[in-house]
This record gives sequence, C-alpha cells and structure tokens, in this order.
Amino acid sequence: MTFAAPAAPLPDRFNAWFESRGWSPRSHQLEMVAAARSGQHALLIAPTGGGKTLAGFLPSLIALTERPPANTPRGIHTLYISPLKALAVDVERNLMIPIAEMGLDIVAESRTGDTGVARKQRQKLRPPDILLTTPEQLALFCAWEGARQYFEDLSCVIIDEVHAIWPSKRGDLLSLALARLQVFAPGLRRVGLSATVEDPDVIRRWLSPGPPSPAIETPSSPDRGLAVRLVRGPPGPLPQIDVLIADGRVPWAGHTAHHAMPDVYEVLKRHKTSLIFVNTRFQAEFAFQELWKINDDGLAIALHHGSLAAEQRRKVEAAMARGELRAVVCTSTLDLGIDWGDVDLVIQLAAPKGASRMVQRIGRANHRLDEPSRALFVPANRFEVLECEAAREAIAENAFDPEPAHVGALDILAQHIMGCAISESFDPLALFEELRTAGPYHDLAWEDFETVVEFVSSGGYALRTYDRFRRIVRGPDGQWRVRDAQTALRHRMNVGAILSPAVLSIRLAGRKGQPGRKIGEVEEGYLEMLEPGDTFIFAGGVWRLQGVTATDALVTPAPADDPKLPSWGGSKFALSTFLAAKVRRMMSDPAYWRDLPGDVREWLEIQQLRSRIPGPDQMLLETFNRGKRCFLVCYPFEGRLAHTTLAMLLTRRLDRLKVGPLGFVANDYALAIWSLKPMEDLDFSALFDQDMLGDDLEAWLDESFMMKRAFKGCALLSGLIERRMPGSEKSGRQVTFSTDLIFDVLRRHQPDHLLLRCARTDAASGMIDVARVGQMLTRIRGQILHSPLTQVSPFAVPLMLEIGRERVGGEAAEMMLAEAADELIAEAMT
Amino acid sequence: MSAATLKLGRFTASPCGGVAMSIHGQETVMRPSGALWLPETRTLVVADLHLEKGSAFAVRGQLLPPYDSAETLGRLEAETRATGARVVVLLGDSFHDARSEARMAASDGEAIRSLAVGRSLVWIVGNHDSEGPRSLPGDILDEMDLGALRLRHEPFAGLQPGEVAGHLHPCARLVGRGRAVRRRCFATDGQRLILPAFGAYAGGLNIRDRAYTGLFETPPLAIALGQGRAHPLAFGMLGDD
Repeated sequence: MTFAAPAAPLPDRFNAWFESRGWSPRSHQLEMVAAARSGQHALLIAPTGGGKTLAGFLPSLIALTERPPANTPRGIHTLYISPLKALAVDVERNLMIPIAEMGLDIVAESRTGDTGVARKQRQKLRPPDILLTTPEQLALFCAWEGARQYFEDLSCVIIDEVHAIWPSKRGDLLSLALARLQVFAPGLRRVGLSATVEDPDVIRRWLSPGPPSPAIETPSSPDRGLAVRLVRGPPGPLPQIDVLIADGRVPWAGHTAHHAMPDVYEVLKRHKTSLIFVNTRFQAEFAFQELWKINDDGLAIALHHGSLAAEQRRKVEAAMARGELRAVVCTSTLDLGIDWGDVDLVIQLAAPKGASRMVQRIGRANHRLDEPSRALFVPANRFEVLECEAAREAIAENAFDPEPAHVGALDILAQHIMGCAISESFDPLALFEELRTAGPYHDLAWEDFETVVEFVSSGGYALRTYDRFRRIVRGPDGQWRVRDAQTALRHRMNVGAILSPAVLSIRLAGRKGQPGRKIGEVEEGYLEMLEPGDTFIFAGGVWRLQGVTATDALVTPAPADDPKLPSWGGSKFALSTFLAAKVRRMMSDPAYWRDLPGDVREWLEIQQLRSRIPGPDQMLLETFNRGKRCFLVCYPFEGRLAHTTLAMLLTRRLDRLKVGPLGFVANDYALAIWSLKPMEDLDFSALFDQDMLGDDLEAWLDESFMMKRAFKGCALLSGLIERRMPGSEKSGRQVTFSTDLIFDVLRRHQPDHLLLRCARTDAASGMIDVARVGQMLTRIRGQILHSPLTQVSPFAVPLMLEIGRERVGGEAAEMMLAEAADELIAEAMT
Repeated sequence: MSAATLKLGRFTASPCGGVAMSIHGQETVMRPSGALWLPETRTLVVADLHLEKGSAFAVRGQLLPPYDSAETLGRLEAETRATGARVVVLLGDSFHDARSEARMAASDGEAIRSLAVGRSLVWIVGNHDSEGPRSLPGDILDEMDLGALRLRHEPFAGLQPGEVAGHLHPCARLVGRGRAVRRRCFATDGQRLILPAFGAYAGGLNIRDRAYTGLFETPPLAIALGQGRAHPLAFGMLGDD
C-alpha cells in the first residue's frame, strides 16, 4: 500500500477510553482514522473479531465530537448500511457503548423495515447523527421528495459486509443509491468493511464513485478502484481444521453424512457451543432429526434455516446470545450476522463447496483475534473427502475463490430510475452520467439506458398502445417526472431487490379442518412434491400433510412415522472453480493418496486399475453397457448446475445423432447419460464442441422453467408486476400463474423485450451456469480421456446410485400428464 | 388411447389430440386448445376470452404486455380454421371490462370482424361484459340452446344436466415425480360441462375449490390441456393448490 500514513493520533478522550477498556487502538483502526482525515474513501479488509466495526465508526465518532456547535439542526453525518436488519440493530447497540462511556453528544439510531412509523417520522424531521439502516430503506429514501435536502450534509457512508452484498442485485441497487447520495453530497466519503477476499480490487472498484465524466471514453484511465484506500486488518492465526472420518469409513454416495452422526454427537459433547453448517434446508432438518434421535444427554441442540418462521429464528438467535445452546444446525442464514462470542467449534457437515464461504463460516467460531478458530469437516461421500482436503489446503494457503465478474442488472436499474423520477424530475443526460458513476453500471450503454427509461415509462412495447398510460412523463422542459402520487405510492410499496418466494404457514389442522396453531413458515417449493397424506420433517418434527389452502399448509403430528424424504438435491452451492481444480489435481497425484482414509485410497486405486485416473487438465469420459442400456459418464467437476445444463445440451445432440438418449443424472462431480445405442464410437471432441452453446442453448433455455422463474423475478424487481398493492397484499402464489402467462405471450410477440433479455441473463448465470460450461468446454478441448469399459468403474458408482432418484428434465411435465391419463384409461379398461 | 368407459360416460381420443365424449347425450370434442367442438352443429365454443385484460391493468399503471388480445384472437382464428366451424359461440366474459372494446387495437377488431365472415358469431354475455359488444358483428344472447345442451356463462347452482358453462376458469393440479403440473382443464361428469378459460391472461381456479361444490353428481373428470393433446385425469389423482 502506498499510503504508509503516520498513525493519526486519537483525541485524548478516545485514547482514555481505549485505556479504560484495557485496549490499545489497532493499527488498522488508526489507519481508518488517517484515511478519513485525508478525505479518502476506504476499504477495510479484516477477519471477524478484529474490531472491524469500531474501525469503521471511529473516524465518524471523532469527526462528530470535533464539529463546531451549530445553531440550526443538522442532517445525517454518517449512514451505516448493513445487509441484515438484525445486524443494523446489533451494531446500534454496540455503538452505544463507546458513545455512552465517553459521554459523546452523538445520536445514533437504526431504521429497518421493523422500525415503527412514529420513529421513522421523527427520523425524517430530526435526523440522527448516525443512521443505521439497510439497502432497501436507503432505496426508499432515494424515492422520497425530500432526499436531496435530507442528505446534503452527509459526510460518510459505511457499508458493512460489503463482500457479501456487492455481487448481487441488492449490491446493484445499493451502488445506484450511493451514486445518488454522491450527487446530493459531493464530498461524501465511502467506507467498505469486508471479510477477507481473493481480490480486494474488485470491491474497491465497486465502491469507488467512478470517473467524473463517464460519458467520455477513457480506455486507458487509471483503475478507478485506486481512488479507494485499502486498509488491511491483521490476518489472525490460521484456523485449525480437522476432517472427521467416522469409524474410518466413507460411504460411496449420498449427501447427508448420515453415517457420521454418532461421531458428530460425541464431538458436540466435548465442546461448549458448536455451529453445524449444512448446505440445504433439507439437510438441516435431517441432521437435526438424526442428532436428536441419539441425544441421550439432552444437549440443547437447535435448528436455524430460512424456511422457519422469522420469530422462531429470532428465538434461536436469542437463546444463542444468552449462551443457552450447545449446538445449532444451520444453513447459510447464519453465514453472516451478529457476533456470538461463545462458539468454540464450527462443523461443516458435507462438502464445503468453496474456500471463501468456508473461511466465513469458520470465522463464526471464536471471535478473538489471537486464538485460532476451530473447525471440523465431515465429508458425506468419497468425492467429498477429496473436496474437504482441497478446502483445508486452500485455507492453509490463505487462498480464496476468485469472484466472478458482475454487471449491473437492468431490472434493478428500472426500479432505481422510477425512484429517481419520484424523488425529483430528472434530465436524462444528467441521470445517465450519474448512473455510470456506479460501479456495476460503469459501462452502461446509452441505448440500454433509453430502453430502460422507455420501459419504466410505457412498458417498452413495440406496439405503442400504452403511451397514454405512461408512468413517468417527459415535460416540455425535457425533464422526466412521475405521472401522479398514486403511481409514486405504488412504487414505494414495491422497493427492494430481495425476492421472497411465496410462503405458506404450516399450521396444525384443527377440528373440522380449520387452521390451528402456527408451527412455522415454508417456501412454497418446499412442499411442492408432497401430496396430502405424505409425511415430512419440518422444524424438527414429523408431520402429515392434510391439505393446503391459499395461505396455509395444514398438518397433524406424525411422530412415529418414517418421513418421506424429499429428493436430496445435494448442495445448492456449486463447487467453486478454484476448489474443483484443486480436487482434480489431488486426485491425479497418487503421491497424495497416502494421506487419505483407507477406503478412499482403495477406491482410487481400483479406479486406476479398472478405468483411468485423469490428469489435472483432462476430463475422464467412460462408456460402458449395463443391463440393456448404454452409458456415457464424464467427470468435469464443475458443479451440479453446470453439469445439468451440459447434460441437457448433450442429450439434444445425441438425439440428433440418433443415439436415442433416454435420460441423464448429474451431481457436483460428474454426469451420466444413458441411451439405447452404444456411444463409445462417437467423436467426443465434436460432441463436446463449444458450438453447443449457440442455438441449442437458446432453444432449450427459452422453453425451460428456469426462464419462467427468472422472468418472474425480473418482472417483480422492475415493477412490471407488483408485489404489494396499496391496501391489498398480493400473495406470491397469485403472482405465479400470471407471470407465466405474461412470459408466454411476451416471448411470442416481442422476444427482444427488455425483461426477456434480463431473464435470459439471470437464467444463464444463476440457474444454469452457462459461463461455467463455456469455460469447461474450452478447458477440455483436446483433453478428453476416453476409457471404454466393460463394467461400471468405481468413480461411476455414486452416480449410478443416484439414478432413479432423479427426474429427467425436458418434457417431464407432459409425460406426467400422459402417464396419469394412461393410468386412468388402464383402470377404465379393466 | 382406445375407447374407455367410466361410470360417468364414454370417452375416446380424437384425432385432433382432444377427447371425444358424450355430454348429456350430445357428441362433443374437447380440444387441446380449450375450445369445445360440437360436430353435429359444426359449432365451436370458447369461454372467458377476457380480451383487453392487459390494457385494463395498464390503465391502473401496471403495464402488462399489450399482446394478449392478439394472442387470444390468433388462437381462436386457428381453431376456427382447423375445425371449419359454421358457428362460433363466445361463452361470456369475452371482454375483461365494459371499456375493453374501446381500448382494443383496430387490428384486433378487424380480426373479430373477419371471424364473422361466412359464419355466425354468438356473444353470450357474462359478468365482465354484461352488455355484450357495441360495434362488433354477431348476436348477443343471455343463453343458447343447442340440441341437448344449454350454453350459458355462469353455471347455475346444483345439478344442471346439459348445461355448458364457463366463468370458473377450471384448472387441475397433478403432483408426482418430485414436481407439480398445473393446467387449465375441462371439468365434466358427463351431464354438464365447464370450459377452461381461453384468454391468454385468464387465471385458473383449482377444480377442487369449494366453488365447484354441488355442481357434479359424481367427482368430475378433468380433461387437462397439454401440448397438442388433452389428458383425461381422474379427480382422485388431483391435488389442491
């Protein structure tokens, strides 16, 4: 770092406070103060427990104590943005400690969706010195007529957990709001607080307010990220990670680590408080259930995942804060969040999937800088053993998953532009320049901007029948403004970038079937595959589904029953490219196998004997016959999403080659396709040619349900469909059918419409991982290692075991209808 | 599919992908498009077009794609051509609201006028369009008798043998193999028939909803609309939403 600043001395009052606590200011805290004194934007990268939050606020606390008295009320000095409501409230509480102990004359208040109306009103009339809030609340501020005046005194904005928020649509919305604030308060200083990441420059560029004159092409301009000073906290000791091989055995297949539960339980007994991370909600329910089955000591083990009712999660968090729990089984809902000092062990049940997320999770244990965090990885199958070892190695090397590039989404831009028009009228050219100062929209093209404005105004349809219904209108002065107050109100009801799926309440069925006590909430999709009469696990109990009404799922307890397990889809997180490469390298090097558990080593050795072990850059492809079917199995190690996409596309090709593909199955490591005719003589380099990502992809994608789902999201975020209407809350379920109908009509009549473009982009990145497939096809060009076999190889076994548990995509819906009809006919004929 | 007999009557696959079945003694074909074909009188019946539903939302500031009327009329035209219908009956709620006709694009009005060329158009009124169209060709009726069938928009309460109606927008939900499929459907017990909505933006009401209580003597058969094929599904196989 070039800014080797002399540590700015703290005011006496602050020094005394540090002393009274028995602390001394850390170097990164002083450097943050120095950055503020020289008016620089700053990004602080530090592990949890390093006094990061205090480092972020310290400069503002000092500035606020040093400001001269004023006769008139002042605006907000510092705005703090957190991705979590709970975190904003928790930070407010923590911030009150130094303010109270030093007796500072500073008002700090939080404002979230839960803040009462009276307090919100007061905050608008008498702004606190420090306001702690969320990106959604900030977006609402930006769509308010008083925004410009309200923020004109703003001196500093602090974005917490910036690593978690920047590469998302919420990050897009936030960066647009920052651009707006910078216009209101040109001297505004931006501060980011981040966990350790592979490449801090990506976040610096996101955080930077961009070049002053964005409309001018500046291809060789110095990196905009350099305008943000990088401050690094002390790294802290490396975590201590063990891999648990229960009973010395590792199963062939599966994702639940069922075999390891007794060993995990023993580990829990030896620790004060453990966090047990899993990768899906189903896994969380399953692990919770299994642990309680063997909980002879009655340890306080709780459950925390996104499908549980909010109040239930709050209860668990509160019990955790009071130190009453011995373990919490949780999903990514606890990846971020408030500090719990007492956690002394983090257990990762099943595969880590990525190094960065792992570090984040492990960091939830032991929030003291000088002691190592402790973690235990529990692999659920043999491939996962390799993955766990790869993750352990990556963390020991302090290596992280590289961040994929992120370009600002146009549906979010539409939402923001609507908000701008509501706040005050805008000149298109000036707004365009403002938007391009936001990192994700740095390269926004004028044509796209115009398209989005037209969309916001009249829907952007080629058939220009809605000109008389424009939501924003252009005046004779060339300025755009909102049509009326009603339109403004409707927009404010729908601000935000979080898409909450339709939620059903799980309620006990009362007598005569009316809804009774509420047990929790689930996303609609959680129950989709169940029929009335089926049993399932939820919130740690076994229930029988009685029926579903518009808003409730009615259940009765079924404690003695064996729950019908929903399909185990493995992880929703894809194995990171970085970790996958590491796994391939470990696998290809027999010298490394010595350190692996016996049965995993044996598995690799037999694989070498019966088939082949691919080199680190090769892709192994096996063909064999089994029963009456011919199989093709390949091992790209690119994650389940990418493999599913690849399998869909390969199936289309094989169909054209008249091979008669019958079905496929994919997991995180490999995919298998089976057919009527043998495939060993195919030209594999032609089969895996990159041109697969051309027309085939387009044709398949447009038909796929992923597109419909993506379209629904874009339609909601862009304001085409409203989530909430004043006076009538629309349930997500009602929205479902209508967006599908709209999608079908729009696709046929205007396939290049803005929202279809947005949906294609979202589906290609988030839902089918096209970029990953593309990289993989490039990587394996000339590197396909074909191994024709007479029987199943050890590597292929896990996949073979998954066949039958998986459904085949494509025409499944039609097939289901046809089969149900045939069943009826068969019944009628007998 | 060969001829199959259920308690509620006899149905066979029709070459058009639809299901042929006798309703109250009258031969009918339930087409995969959601249209009903009455071969004896060469009559095509469609329900709940909800034309200009998109623009009805646009008036209130929600700018849904304005292509729904063209889409619906395009499918109706294709059905008319495919069947060679002499009579086209629009079974009510053909327009989404009383001002729909005024908002409709000129080209869509033209499409309706050409439908009326060489055949008769019958507008049965519904709750959304109780006056019927003002300037479009065709007869405007409250209800219509055709052989053993009585065509009206809203089903009357209780058993009504021979009644063919719309209004409810029936749809069926089938669960299995880890997923659920929800489709528009015809609903019939062989005595009366409720047509699915034909309009592009028309939603659906699950046939297990209590709105259907008392309409059928035996649990109705759902003829679900698939791609190029209509699928007869037993009521017992269907799920709630």
